[in-house]
Amino acid sequence: MSILRTHWTALRMLLVMTVILGIAYPLLITGISQVAFADKANGSIVKSGGKEIGSSLLGQNYNLPKKNPNDPNEQAQPDPKWFQPRPSAAGTGYDPHGSSGTNLGPNSDKLLKSVNDTRAAVAAFDGVDPASVPADAVTSSGSGLDPDISVAYAKEQVNRVAKARNLSPAVLDQLIDKYTDGRSLGFLGNPGVNVVLLNKALSEQQ
Amino acid sequence: MSSTLAGWLQALALVGALALCYRPLGDYIAHLLTSAKHLRVERGLYKVVGVDGDADQRWTAYLRSVLAFSALSVLFLYGLIRVQNHLMLSLGFPPMAPHQAWNTAISFVTNTNWQSYSGEAALGHVVQMAGLAVQNFVSAAVGIAVVATLIRGFTRSKTDRVGNFWVDLTRICLRLLLPISIVFAVVLVANGVIQNFHGFHDLTTLGGDTQSIPGGPVASQEVIKELGTNGGGFFNANSAHPFENPNGFTNWLEIFLLLVISFSLPRTFGKMVGDNRQGYAIVSVMGLFWVGSAALLTFFETHPAGTALKAAGAAMEGKEQRFGEWATALFASSTTLTSTGAVDGMHDSLTPGGGGVALVDMMLGEIAPGGTGSGLYGMLILAIVTVFIAGLMVGRTPEYLGKKLGGREMKFASLYILTTPAIVLIGTGVAMALPGERAGMLNSGAHGFSEVLYAFTSAGNNNGSAFAGITVNTAWYDTALGLAMVFGRFLPIIFVLALAGSLARQQPVPASAGTLPTHKPLFIGLLSGVVLIVVGLTYFPALALGPIAEGLH
Repeated sequence: MSILRTHWTALRMLLVMTVILGIAYPLLITGISQVAFADKANGSIVKSGGKEIGSSLLGQNYNLPKKNPNDPNEQAQPDPKWFQPRPSAAGTGYDPHGSSGTNLGPNSDKLLKSVNDTRAAVAAFDGVDPASVPADAVTSSGSGLDPDISVAYAKEQVNRVAKARNLSPAVLDQLIDKYTDGRSLGFLGNPGVNVVLLNKALSEQQ
Repeated sequence: MSSTLAGWLQALALVGALALCYRPLGDYIAHLLTSAKHLRVERGLYKVVGVDGDADQRWTAYLRSVLAFSALSVLFLYGLIRVQNHLMLSLGFPPMAPHQAWNTAISFVTNTNWQSYSGEAALGHVVQMAGLAVQNFVSAAVGIAVVATLIRGFTRSKTDRVGNFWVDLTRICLRLLLPISIVFAVVLVANGVIQNFHGFHDLTTLGGDTQSIPGGPVASQEVIKELGTNGGGFFNANSAHPFENPNGFTNWLEIFLLLVISFSLPRTFGKMVGDNRQGYAIVSVMGLFWVGSAALLTFFETHPAGTALKAAGAAMEGKEQRFGEWATALFASSTTLTSTGAVDGMHDSLTPGGGGVALVDMMLGEIAPGGTGSGLYGMLILAIVTVFIAGLMVGRTPEYLGKKLGGREMKFASLYILTTPAIVLIGTGVAMALPGERAGMLNSGAHGFSEVLYAFTSAGNNNGSAFAGITVNTAWYDTALGLAMVFGRFLPIIFVLALAGSLARQQPVPASAGTLPTHKPLFIGLLSGVVLIVVGLTYFPALALGPIAEGLH
């Protein structure tokens, strides 16, 4: 077979494979998914009062409104009325246009400073001993979109949220239990509290 | 349940699931690669493409077909990326710059899936599914096709024919990869992986922010990304992104998928050479390294080291809460020991020991169990070297599975082994010597050096994972890493095919009292030793400058 003929064959093979694997196959999967699991295939969108408020799989920011909305340098301040997620390196925080971790190394001075500063800030915000702040509260996730926090970090925030909302801490503890996802099948992965669903339930209290 | 117990259980469940698949899947692949029958749809396809499905090729013609198919794939993908603004579902993204488009095209065709771009900010849906995902299938199939010729080299005699590339490619894509992908893509969607053709969709959160929810045909690409040991994420955060990997079960399933074919191929090998014990010996060596790496990486990640991680109290930087340290460590060792390179946590933020293990995993040459096909041919080359060394010790011409390993065979095996280290070490050396390229490091000192070493190791070994802090979307890195991927993929393939041709021509020699049995524990030990020595001697100086220096920090 001459070189030219080999390439002609290769081109036709590539086009056939593109039609089967690149077009027919994804269309088939999309068809099945949209019929059988439409909610999940479309991003597990959560609604509250008929309005879409997010995806149960993507974390969000819960910050106070900026004092000066036109100042890009103004640091966002967390809103005490909400359970707070982990720090995020996705854009300005939980931006799905730029999923990312910090990529800082284990000995990075920048990361060390950020961990220490975050620990102090979180402890002051929640009114707890800095030493008791759990690791997930002071580190950024790999995606920057982590919807979950540890149970310890959720519990730490109960008193602060209860005070800001005039709710009894016992009610919040119940909500946390309700929105704690155990390990899949009991042993796969790690347990966590879904902050998006927890805050949605919180907003629907009273 | 404690994290430790759960961690052990998920690893044991993985071993159990892989063991269950070993025989049926390995036998099935052997059937695909040896059966004389074509399906009707395949006969139709051969007619359209213009090949004679019953005519086997010489190794040179087989190689020409592999190279022609890969070259056209690069051109096609490059073109698609460069004109994406004119395609449907482009989400308004402009074409990539030429150097980045070249890097991306090479990366997916070579089964590397190194990504110097961020998926959600650069590519439309058509490029992802009709360009990248297609290469995820066919590049995996090329790996299996090439190892099939090497095995045929052992099983055939006095022939110059090693198989038909077009038939191998078609069968592997349509009868192996596609059916498994269809089943597990649906399983992934059922767990929350998205599958739609929407663009970004804005909504207002409870906190009063606007958030854009991404869309895309993710599940169909996610499954083949793992199954074909490709690793290129739909999104920048790869399998750490909740839309690619929503929970502990999908995470476990993705680890299973990226290991299952490579761990079953030794069975295919044993079956085809007519001695299943040969397959068990090879899979034992692969298993030993995988278990060792997973155990070490888990140990390091659950015992945080490094100033910043110690201050945090746990190595949770770059890790998702739903996976935790145990599942992330299992994923990290599996993805770097295969040629996958998908990540469910950021490798740049692993502990010094954990990052070092991930780096050494790739330096082993992606053989435990390695990429689909490429893992087994890498391991068989090392087995050939082992038999040769054992033969030297007793002063006999070595033979493996009845084929003599003479000067010609050993030349190809040696060239194979020298190729990747040369690419990695020369590439890293040049990058470190150029001030502009050194500046691409995000972290400084030993960790910064590790970023560069990791990048070239990942490209040269066709892995694709990254210490992602490094800035690689520059003309120099895109070009240099692109070259590392091309040479790291195709030079070894040339040597393997040449070796296959050379073995197939030989007449088998009967085993004698002096033949080294290649299915006994002695051989498993020898082969493991050769793997360690080859890697250790080659890379120790570079490792000492990077992760080892950092660990002693």
